[in-house]
Amino acid sequence: MLLELEGVEARYGPVQALHGVSLQVAEGEVAAVLGGNGAGKTTTLRAISNTVRRSGEIRFAGESLGRKGPEATARLGIAHVPEGRGTFAELTVQENLRLGAYTRRGAAKEDLRRVCSYFTWIERRRDQQAGTLSGGEQQMLALARAFMQRPRLLLLDEPSLGLAPLVVSEIFRIIKELNEQEGLTVLVVEQNANIALQAADRAYVLEAGKVALSGASADLREHESVRRSYLGY
Amino acid sequence: MSSVEQTFGGAGGHVTALRRLLGPRSTGPAVVLLLAYCVFLVIGSLKSTQFAQQVVSGIASGATFAALALALVLIYRATEVINLAQGEMAMFSTYIAWQLLAWGVGYWGAFFLTLAISFLGGIGIERLVIRPVERGGLLAIVIVTVGLFLLFDGLALRIWGGLPRDFPPAISGSPIRVGGVAFSVQDLVTVCVTIGAVILLWLFFQFTKVGLALRAAALRPDAARLVGVRVSWMLALGWGLAAALGAIAGMMIAPTTLLSPTFMQAILLYAFAAAVLGGLESPAGAVVGGLAIGVTINLLGAYIGWIGSVLRLPAALAILLVVLLIKPSGLFGRAAVRKV
Repeated sequence: MLLELEGVEARYGPVQALHGVSLQVAEGEVAAVLGGNGAGKTTTLRAISNTVRRSGEIRFAGESLGRKGPEATARLGIAHVPEGRGTFAELTVQENLRLGAYTRRGAAKEDLRRVCSYFTWIERRRDQQAGTLSGGEQQMLALARAFMQRPRLLLLDEPSLGLAPLVVSEIFRIIKELNEQEGLTVLVVEQNANIALQAADRAYVLEAGKVALSGASADLREHESVRRSYLGY
Repeated sequence: MSSVEQTFGGAGGHVTALRRLLGPRSTGPAVVLLLAYCVFLVIGSLKSTQFAQQVVSGIASGATFAALALALVLIYRATEVINLAQGEMAMFSTYIAWQLLAWGVGYWGAFFLTLAISFLGGIGIERLVIRPVERGGLLAIVIVTVGLFLLFDGLALRIWGGLPRDFPPAISGSPIRVGGVAFSVQDLVTVCVTIGAVILLWLFFQFTKVGLALRAAALRPDAARLVGVRVSWMLALGWGLAAALGAIAGMMIAPTTLLSPTFMQAILLYAFAAAVLGGLESPAGAVVGGLAIGVTINLLGAYIGWIGSVLRLPAALAILLVVLLIKPSGLFGRAAVRKV
């Protein structure tokens, strides 16, 4: 297993958001975390990158993350695209990509070429301020930036948020492509269970800070309560 | 330069870089106003050699205001406070240079050694006294900078005494005459050194990996951490650069004002005015603001007898007041819009 969480708890001040979450992500797969508002999806990702007060055991590639801070976690090869996409709105598209490659040494040229092959518009608009991109483009830029980091694990927080359905499917198509062609392991958090279950190999359903259900996406899609609560049929 | 630029390199980047340097949107009227002012200065200089001399010495003092204002902006962007001790830190740096010179180090040796010491000192200050109170809020940091002000003031007085001392110019020599206008050598050196430092700093921010990380850390610390930027070290680096800039300003000013523990205090006020005039968050604004204030108060002092040399500072602050009444965010500042 590339990533393992065991009994992870997290709190914001006096409010406990995670009550012992355990989940696993295997190398090379796409895993999804589903759930409603306040279920603890975002907090799960924040616990992994240590941007929230956490306890419990988190292992990455067999090694405990312990007390590693967000910078050190990023350097281990975990790219976290946070809520709001973490775009540096005042900087240009190109500068955002350069920041993605910040932890890496040596030539990022090859990766840049690869990124441009997935997102063809980037090369044309490299000098544009990132804040002036559309929501969909900003989400793609966030993916591109994360890819420049050359992570072993990509944490994605609600890539569909605020985007039109067509754009959402485009984004998930690219996520799937990155997963299949580049071997990128992805842990994605989503409210849009429908599209997430299509893209993911494995999924976890969070309810009130705990894993309520888990299994292969294909099985979950057939599951009675998932269909009623999250898929809406 | 990272390889990303090499792939992306091209002429198009410079135009946008310039646009970005001057600040986003709504700076159009400010630029027009400044251009008109420049035209006025050029025509005046062509008509009268005395006017030209006043403009040049105004640019020289303005360049030092600009350097100190830029130091304030660097720290403001990183830590979100005005560093009240910036002037006293520069004063202390200048004393270090004086001491090195007194020990027989050559001028440029002392100059660069002082820059290095100030840079490390700035980092040390951030680590030792700013970082521990960071969580206490902005007011706590402001109080700490007041404490630093008093500390450096007292230390300088204790070590070097209160008597004004001579500080040598970088190059001494008789004024250079060009077309009837006499330029003081020290003024020219001051302009070249400070503007050179500002340009180097700009290149650093624009084209190096660390410079980019520094900007990212100041803009969005949370997101910067997630791409692996060590944000707290970046803030310390900002303090180091600010301290070095202040040292440059101090060493350039000291030959004309004499070196004493209080010699940077008035300069700091001019630098505040320059930084606020430029919009506080805009490095380019701080430089333009510094130059504009330097030239303007020099002309006012020379041509309006009643202002003379004693009322220059109030005149500078009056200009600032008028500009802020018309454009509250400064010439190149962004209007304070926050998403909540």
